[in-house]
Amino acid sequence: MSTELTTTAGAAGARSQAIGRFLSRYGILLSFLILFVILSFAHPNFLSTANLMNVLRQVSINGILAIGMTFVILTGGIDLSIGSVLALTGVVAGSLVTGGDPYNPAIAFFAAVGVGALFGAVNGTLIARFSVPAFVVTLGMLSMARGATLLYSNGRPIPNLSPEFRWLGQGFIAGIPVPVIIFAIVFIAAWITLRYTVYGRWIYAVGGNVKSAKTSGIPTRTVIFSAYLLMGALAGLAGMILTARTTSALPQAGLGYELDAIAAVVIGGTSLTGGVGSVVYTLIGALIIGVISNGLDLMGVSSYYQQIIKGAIIVVAVLIDRSRNLNP
Amino acid sequence: MAEPASPGEGKPEQAHHVLVPPASVSPSAPEQGAVADTDLLLAATSISKAFAGVPALVDGRIRLKRGSVHALCGGNGAGKSTFLNILMGLHRADAGTVMVKGRVVHYASAAEALADGIAIITQELSPVLDMTVAENIYLGREPRRLGWFADKAKMEADAAALFARLGFDIDARVTMRSLSVAKIQLVEIAKAISRESDILIMDEPTSAIGEKEAATLFQAIRSLQDQGVGIIYVSHRLTDIFSIADSYTVFRDGRFIEAGDLADIDRQRLISLIVGRDLRDQEARDSTSTGEPMISVSGFARHGQFEDISLDLAKGEILGLYGLMGAGRSEFANALYGNAPKDAGTVTIEGRPVEIRSPSDALSNGIAIVTEDRKETGLVLTSSVSENVVLAALDQFSRLGLVDGKKVASNVDGQIARFRIRTASRDLPVQSLSGGNQQKVVLARCVETEPKILICDEPTRGIDEGAKREVYAFLSAFAAAGNSVLMISSEIPEILANADRILVFRRGRIAGELKGAAATQEALVHLAS
Repeated sequence: MSTELTTTAGAAGARSQAIGRFLSRYGILLSFLILFVILSFAHPNFLSTANLMNVLRQVSINGILAIGMTFVILTGGIDLSIGSVLALTGVVAGSLVTGGDPYNPAIAFFAAVGVGALFGAVNGTLIARFSVPAFVVTLGMLSMARGATLLYSNGRPIPNLSPEFRWLGQGFIAGIPVPVIIFAIVFIAAWITLRYTVYGRWIYAVGGNVKSAKTSGIPTRTVIFSAYLLMGALAGLAGMILTARTTSALPQAGLGYELDAIAAVVIGGTSLTGGVGSVVYTLIGALIIGVISNGLDLMGVSSYYQQIIKGAIIVVAVLIDRSRNLNP
Repeated sequence: MAEPASPGEGKPEQAHHVLVPPASVSPSAPEQGAVADTDLLLAATSISKAFAGVPALVDGRIRLKRGSVHALCGGNGAGKSTFLNILMGLHRADAGTVMVKGRVVHYASAAEALADGIAIITQELSPVLDMTVAENIYLGREPRRLGWFADKAKMEADAAALFARLGFDIDARVTMRSLSVAKIQLVEIAKAISRESDILIMDEPTSAIGEKEAATLFQAIRSLQDQGVGIIYVSHRLTDIFSIADSYTVFRDGRFIEAGDLADIDRQRLISLIVGRDLRDQEARDSTSTGEPMISVSGFARHGQFEDISLDLAKGEILGLYGLMGAGRSEFANALYGNAPKDAGTVTIEGRPVEIRSPSDALSNGIAIVTEDRKETGLVLTSSVSENVVLAALDQFSRLGLVDGKKVASNVDGQIARFRIRTASRDLPVQSLSGGNQQKVVLARCVETEPKILICDEPTRGIDEGAKREVYAFLSAFAAAGNSVLMISSEIPEILANADRILVFRRGRIAGELKGAAATQEALVHLAS
């Protein structure tokens, strides 16, 4: 299109376009900051170090899940099974570090991540190799993994976890909660992977146009498989942290966690059709969810209302995203 | 277009052509007067439209008469699509007037335009794949029984009658999914025609169909013309325009340039109006074939698609593959590239037998492909120009799995300059580019993998004349450097001018080979059908 046609009347339009670009880029960050400021004034304890650390620790688990979910959704898929997989890996980890002769927490760590990865691999194989829709596969797995959890634990909590293991959920390094440190490592690794590695580019290409990716020589099935494998492993990691934090492994843990993870990704603006998005925005999405529920807790709002408010925020976030993308 | 021409260029010669002034007083005024009300279906003057301050259309005009096939010509970015969208009520014009059958209209939606008897056949097909052909045709206006129930029998009978009238060989009861792209396009055409509109807009109706379907379509157009329907015909295919249209309007850079009767103008002149500079009608290229074998394909077969395909391609040669839709050309090309399965067949490259099971095998053996449909299978539309260019060659730009951003940037900038891709930045989404520039991105991506053999499936579909020339020039230079090109095209003049040798596909087999003086339009059509 020829630039010489741009008239002076276009200048104002160009400026409003620039504002639009700025908003579409930083709008989510702006909403988070506004929310943060409002809550700071609404409750005196919100800004206390103890409370902020608490928020971060709460966000860690959903954040780790949401990072895995970002990979899955970027490829154009979805994983509904992670709440159940998280519960299963939690009881598996718990069973290894309970009683009089607990294993080393490292064993529990690898068991949890391994079991999670195994379930992710099953999901990934069915979806990538046998082309079963991700929604169906992971919906089935949601039920199966929950059943496996109840079987494994006989439906009962596993208490008396070793102090070394509990440190993974409750401990601090230099005043920072251990789960937050784990989350930070996962986030930075994911950010570098998506932004700077060949594999990261492949994830975007597969979600953006799988046919084009295939024509370009990208092993599309392997890429899709790997996203579910990673998601499963991260669900295992999150399951282990949750168990360590709650001091006993609960078979009913993680109910609805998949929805919170998807919500964080969606609030962050990642497209559910794949190919567009970033873990940075997912992080902000997870922080928004965390800060809202913390703020509402502080103000003593009933958790019933909290669910309604959280749901409404998800829809509004996507609504804003839509209207931003609509052309005049 | 490579160089934007200033809007004034090309005007001095206009004297003997009909130039419609803004006040819409036609030079053919004498015959207007009394008949104007009934004869003039559509008159649009001084239409302008800007998007977010960027003008897409500055001065759009057209005058469409009853029973006329009026070609609307212009390169990519000339403003044709914006103009048509305004006529259809999909966009609102910033200024200007549209008169339909003597009445000034301001459509707020496509439904209003449809109700006024204007229908459009768009370039982008939008079938509901799992519904039947008949259901698709009557979508949203289903005949009913008892007020609530869709009358399927009537729908199917009506659709069958419509196809019979138009001469389309399509079963109305099958699902859209079971049809070829060409047949789907014909259904979309039939759907628009079934609305019994007075004004029919056809946007690149032949871009996805073969010569045979095109001939059927042209027959249907002529019968509509006889019924007094006015047709605005948009196409990059000049051959089509000269065989079906009677009058023309040319847009360039968002402005009306010229209108007139096609009888008063030749192909050469029309091309120069469209591109804004003199562009000679292409002459056949001089072969650069060395005779040294590059790739030999032998006994390729895939049940129901193609059989016994063997060919040799020399270094420096451009080999054309021609055939009607469904003749198996594209299916063969995809099988050769490892993108689709084959039942039998061997490949030898530079004397060495190779096994190609996947696109990555093909790429590592120096074969790259420009697929038939750049939006469907070619580009990752959600990604940037830069990401699309390097997608197939990321390994070359990375160390230990990490992409070297600087290396990518300098390389992509080099490709943007080399192919003259018109984009403000390598980081813009590729979907913001015009069709011709998107196609150049696909070519740039192929070049990044440093191929020896390039398969091009319809490399110039839907792109403007100027961009086409650049694609041809690239292919020619690529071959001259000792590489080989397999060029698939259903545009006869294109394949005649660019291929050193042409293999003709007919019903999945090679029907013959044409070369030199024997390669004529008639011979091609004869062999193919």
